[in-house]
Amino acid sequence: MNGESILIRGARILGGPQGDMLLRDGVIAALGGDVDGTGARAIDADGLVALPGLVDLHTHLREPGREDAETVASGTRAAAAGGFTAVHAMANTDPVADTAGVVEQVWRLGREAGHADVRPVGAVTVGLAGERLAELGAMADSAARVRVFSDDGICVSDAVLMRRALEYVKAFDGVIAQHAQEPRLTEGAQMNESELSGRLGLRGWPSVAEEAIIARDVLLAAHVGSRLHICHLSTRGSVEIVRLAKQRGLPVTAEVTPHHLLLTEDLVSTYDARYKVNPPLRSADDVAAVREGLADGTIDIVATDHAPHPVEDKECEWDAAAFGMLGLDTALSVVQHTMVDTGLLDWSGVADRMSFAPARIGRCDSDDAAQGRPLAVGEPANVVLIDPAASRTVDARTSASLSRNSPYDGMKLPGGVVATFLRGRPTVEDGALTWI
Amino acid sequence: MSRHLSGFRTVLSEDEINRALARMAHEVVERNKGASGLVVLGIPSRGVPLAQRLTARISSVEDIAVPVGALDVTMYRDDLRLRPARALEPTDIPDGGVDGKTVVLVDDVLYSGRTIRAALTALDDVGRPRAVRLAVLVDRGHRELPIRADHVGKNLPTSLRESVRVLLNEVDGQDAVLVGATADAHPAPEAHLAAGEEEAR
Amino acid sequence: MIRHLLSAADLSHEEATLILDTADEMARLTEGRAVKKLPTLRGRTVVNLFFEDSTRTRTSFELAAKRLSADVINFSAKGSSVSKGESLKDTALTLAAMGADGVVVRHSASGAAYRLATSGWISANVLNAGDGTHEHPTQALLDAFTLRRHLGDLRDRDVVIVGDVLHGRVARSNVLLLATLGARVTLVAPPTLLPLGVENWPCEVTYDLDAALPGADAVMMLRVQRERMNAAFFPSAREYSRRYGLDARRFSSLPEDAIVLHPGPMNRGMEISADVADNERSVIVEQVTNGVYVRMAVLYLMLAGSGTGSAGGEDAA
Repeated sequence: MNGESILIRGARILGGPQGDMLLRDGVIAALGGDVDGTGARAIDADGLVALPGLVDLHTHLREPGREDAETVASGTRAAAAGGFTAVHAMANTDPVADTAGVVEQVWRLGREAGHADVRPVGAVTVGLAGERLAELGAMADSAARVRVFSDDGICVSDAVLMRRALEYVKAFDGVIAQHAQEPRLTEGAQMNESELSGRLGLRGWPSVAEEAIIARDVLLAAHVGSRLHICHLSTRGSVEIVRLAKQRGLPVTAEVTPHHLLLTEDLVSTYDARYKVNPPLRSADDVAAVREGLADGTIDIVATDHAPHPVEDKECEWDAAAFGMLGLDTALSVVQHTMVDTGLLDWSGVADRMSFAPARIGRCDSDDAAQGRPLAVGEPANVVLIDPAASRTVDARTSASLSRNSPYDGMKLPGGVVATFLRGRPTVEDGALTWI
Repeated sequence: MSRHLSGFRTVLSEDEINRALARMAHEVVERNKGASGLVVLGIPSRGVPLAQRLTARISSVEDIAVPVGALDVTMYRDDLRLRPARALEPTDIPDGGVDGKTVVLVDDVLYSGRTIRAALTALDDVGRPRAVRLAVLVDRGHRELPIRADHVGKNLPTSLRESVRVLLNEVDGQDAVLVGATADAHPAPEAHLAAGEEEAR
Repeated sequence: MIRHLLSAADLSHEEATLILDTADEMARLTEGRAVKKLPTLRGRTVVNLFFEDSTRTRTSFELAAKRLSADVINFSAKGSSVSKGESLKDTALTLAAMGADGVVVRHSASGAAYRLATSGWISANVLNAGDGTHEHPTQALLDAFTLRRHLGDLRDRDVVIVGDVLHGRVARSNVLLLATLGARVTLVAPPTLLPLGVENWPCEVTYDLDAALPGADAVMMLRVQRERMNAAFFPSAREYSRRYGLDARRFSSLPEDAIVLHPGPMNRGMEISADVADNERSVIVEQVTNGVYVRMAVLYLMLAGSGTGSAGGEDAA
């Protein structure tokens, strides 16, 4: 597709020693101290860190149905700008991605968009209604090769249905990604239940509503011997349950969002609906717990839960506003700020939490468009170059996303993506998106 | 008082204030042909103690109890929008009201006349007096409305750049009337308002 | 002097006292007078923006504004697409275009008044007339005003507030304001109707109404909606009434000069029995009268002056 060879000079590979990297024919052709780059275009990467292209297990691309908020094309551009080379597109579109037809449509749109691979997530139940299983096998066998199934946005709260789903996807090595939210405990809930929710008069969203489902599903997964993935866990209690499950050797994985690593419920005092998100922003103690969990591997990955919404769905009363915030183009900066600059994680740890592990969980690390592979000779040339010394003030208006609901707008964050390569082809260069 | 008083000169001493009030009391009685039917209303803040003093003198001269009260005019001012809203002072209309009575309004300084205009409007909402008269301790001129005092303690020609301060024992711990140049010169009376000064209550 | 009134927590002791003192004067200036109208806010426009029905509150604000000679526009936004909250912004822009000086807003969503005041959509002064389950500051002010008229200075006075604190904006505002004024507040409610973290509020909390009454200078009974029992907040109206209602027996355990308040509308037979509601020590009707004085005071302090420098468009001296 792209005949150009690129020689990346002097980048710190996974934050380690400096080395050169030759990208040719979509793969890493050479790697090391002194690579012969004859005929290749050289990029000076002195001071930059090279990581494998990031993989997001949790992205809302909104297409089909809400193309006013995001499209596959705009969402993947935002992904590339954030250093991602693959995103998993959540199923809560309109129509819902609960058939082979819809997941194939999304997958095809991703191939045309070209800025990042799109891996569709299939719905667990028909129409996300929580009543009967969608045709999970058909989605798995489709061109989109779906391996991750989720009713994200809605919890699969019926214990029997959840059990069946966990069992059923074993046939094709799938995983159920659970949005853990006990529905009765969170009816009309608006923010974390706490002293602050009482003061603000906003209906509380208790931690236990998340933890109870996680505990139940861990036990179910253990019982039927299935893989379970926990979406965006947000409380100290959730971290403790997952930690316990892992100590018992259960095949449970978990993700945390960048915003739950950084932001706390205090922001809700402004009633600014940019801070309205599901699960809600929690306490400072919860933030400390998810950071520890991510550092010690209890939480396997960072996933953005990038959730674009048009302005009118946020510029309104809190109760009426939509849940969700942008995350793709700021994720790496937030992780650097909360995990790397604090000494909790090194860059190879970041590579694991944001590339290797999510690709492994999503089972997209071994096919012909493999993602989350090591930076090694012969591997696909999915690479991101970042400048850890850079810093920027986030301006949501400049996001590649169609939406503007970034909670970081106006905030100063460290780091910057200088270049992103998808199978050797630059999707971002000199910090700007390329034309493809 | 926030502004310091250096540069001010005394124009009325305690004795002079007392003499002026004594004279005004006699004038009020003479004009009214006695003290019956009188109601004395002070305009807060310094008009109120002046009204009480004036009434005490009238009562002692005539040996009858003359009703005295207070009439806050804040809600009736035409310059409310020019400054932040202020706390209200008590309005206290004596039992028996003002209908058919002769009301003597008392204020410390007469300047633009806007306070008195507001007082007349306020009085309108209280009742219908037979007559309204005005007694002021100091008339410093510069009227902006066709208003004139019936009883004046002292006529005091001033320039617009000057400031007149009435100090009263009940409020300030001493009796005196002072004149001085204000730190910031004001172009017109209505803009010239600070706590403890004329027109400001 | 006051830019917006959004929460009782925004008021310092000094500001709250100023409002109550001003309300005293408003009462004195209008009570028993033939002419109850003051010219103070002539030429100012007050908009009653009610996204939620409340005839009592709207009427009280309307009367207060009219007694100060303001022009009053009643803007009932109920029924418009409030579920798609966009209408709050559009309504605000409409009001701004109409030149509203003050907006009195009632809304079912907590924080709506705050949003209106801080969004930059409108420069008018915003007065919260009840937002969701958040606050209702003028109700707290009129309750404090009523208490003060009967009890004098509220410092160290014991006020017992009984009922649905969880969904009640009145309780929230009252606790904050009464604490600011130095009163000792005790909340009484079933545990299901108390919010998480209430133990950190500036008040005492108990589940036992009988224990709280003997030391009370005043008891405030809050409306409890019967629908709450469907959501299992309590088993039945009868059980609620038995445990948390103010009936004649409980009333007799109050000190002799203690008074009874209720923000209305009352559920007679539920949180308060008819004979207690009609007792001469119940000041419920007086609260309505006082509401007008307090709202006059707030409107005066918010709208009469040039503001504290933040009000745009005013001619400063």
